[in-house]
Amino acid sequence: MKELTPLVSLSSAGIERAGRWLVRNVDLTVRPGEIVTLIGPNGSGKSTTAKMALGVLRPDEGAVERKSKLRVGYVPQKVAVDWTLPLTVERFMHLTGRIPVAELDNALARTNISHLRQAEVRVLSGGEFQRAMLARAIARKPDLLVLDEPVQGVDYSGEIALYELIGSIRQELGCGILMISHDLHVVMAATDQVVCLNGHVCCQGAPTTVAASPEYQRLFGTHSASAIAVYEHHHDHTHLPDGRVRHADGSITEHCHHEDGHHDHDSDHQKDPEVMAGEEKTEKGQAGHAG
Amino acid sequence: MLDDFFVRALVAGVGVAVVAGPLGCFIVWRRLAYFGDTLSHAALLGVAMAFLLEMNITLAVFIVSAVVSVTLLLLQRRATLSSDSLLGLLAHSSLALGLVVLAFMTWVRIDLMGFLFGDILAVSKPDIAVIYGGGALILLVLALIWNRLFAATVNRELAEAEGMNPDGANLVFMLLMATVIAIAMKIVGVLLITAMLIIPAATARRFAQGPEQMAVLAAVIGALSVTGGLYGSLQWDTPSGPTIVVAALALFLLSLSGAAARIARFTTKQGE
Repeated sequence: MKELTPLVSLSSAGIERAGRWLVRNVDLTVRPGEIVTLIGPNGSGKSTTAKMALGVLRPDEGAVERKSKLRVGYVPQKVAVDWTLPLTVERFMHLTGRIPVAELDNALARTNISHLRQAEVRVLSGGEFQRAMLARAIARKPDLLVLDEPVQGVDYSGEIALYELIGSIRQELGCGILMISHDLHVVMAATDQVVCLNGHVCCQGAPTTVAASPEYQRLFGTHSASAIAVYEHHHDHTHLPDGRVRHADGSITEHCHHEDGHHDHDSDHQKDPEVMAGEEKTEKGQAGHAG
Repeated sequence: MLDDFFVRALVAGVGVAVVAGPLGCFIVWRRLAYFGDTLSHAALLGVAMAFLLEMNITLAVFIVSAVVSVTLLLLQRRATLSSDSLLGLLAHSSLALGLVVLAFMTWVRIDLMGFLFGDILAVSKPDIAVIYGGGALILLVLALIWNRLFAATVNRELAEAEGMNPDGANLVFMLLMATVIAIAMKIVGVLLITAMLIIPAATARRFAQGPEQMAVLAAVIGALSVTGGLYGSLQWDTPSGPTIVVAALALFLLSLSGAAARIARFTTKQGE
């Protein structure tokens, strides 16, 4: 897969707002057929990074290169459709370009919302709207699919089904997928690469095979193991409020180093990772509200 | 046929309403009502400039409105003040500036009320030519940028990511707004232009199933308001601009009562 030209690649890219770096030194590449998942706590720059990859935000340092004539399908984290806008699911599907009827039918059927075709988007539930956004993005047959928390508001069994759908879309279209996970520890099993952000890239790698472990299967059932996986990572350093870094052995340095593993999620309140993961879910992330 | 002043007023008013309806939909969807107000207040500064520089009033109003809307776009990017404060600042300072400049020009005697509330009964044949020429241009350009502008209205970042160039569409939309205000000023006056943009669109919302349908309905409802308002002003000898707005309001209220059952159905659907 390595020989394929990247769809998008970020090199040392960063965004600065009001003297603060929202995210910095991000190196990231998405190739055709590859799934890259971004994880990280609230405000860690996940959405900001995705927006840089999309060209919505221009990096203040570093560079972003996109393949020319890249066809993009984007599912933003939040879309608020104004009450005054009469917008049915069907019209929403055509938002950024006409889609052939067969494609439209197919996308709605695969996301299980065929019955909502004529419904106004503002009366949809959170999970239904999320499905409609995913349907619209895949019906475009994109080269690059960017999904910002695509399964938020979707119930657990629906979440598994949507992950399986995303996996099969990748097979069919051969598109690259850049996905932001709403859960700090659980990612799609089909993910080729996980990138953990906290203002910079903390660690990256393939998701471990924890999903196959007996403990995990007892917790979530065997079925789920095929769709999602636990990303195991250990925190060995903490970012202090003043910008310095405290390492596991107690030493303090100005910066963290590449050989360092993942650090704790929040610099000023150190919490148990499980608690933080719970927060991530309930707060629905203010991450990347820049610009 | 155009020799009768009432027919001229009717033709001109309907022409403006048909253009204002679709643009008004975007004003309503994007919550830009105050933006429309700002541009129309600035129109009075345009009138003052026209007298000062001895140029065409419609052209001067267009230039001032365009400058104000582009200024607004630039100020919003810097965003040290909230958008509504910026709008208020631009609206009232340009209105005040316009009034002060007019007062300085003691040699100019103008009918201020005519500009504030419109003078539709004094519409001339060249005025009609400007309204229909400008109006056709506005509708043509709007049709060309419709998809991009609509995508940008639903979600700017989504539109940007999928190559719809929302910033370009927004700029063109601002210029279209400046144009419609320049040609509509004579019909309803600067104080009531926003009403012609918003009220028909709000009425159309009750019946529309989709954005394109809402735009067409808003144009039709606007034309009905102009017709009703003009006949009303003839009947009761009331000022025509305000009467047109009152007619639009009456249609809006009518739609509320008529659509009561529909709304009830919507709420039950949501409650399920």
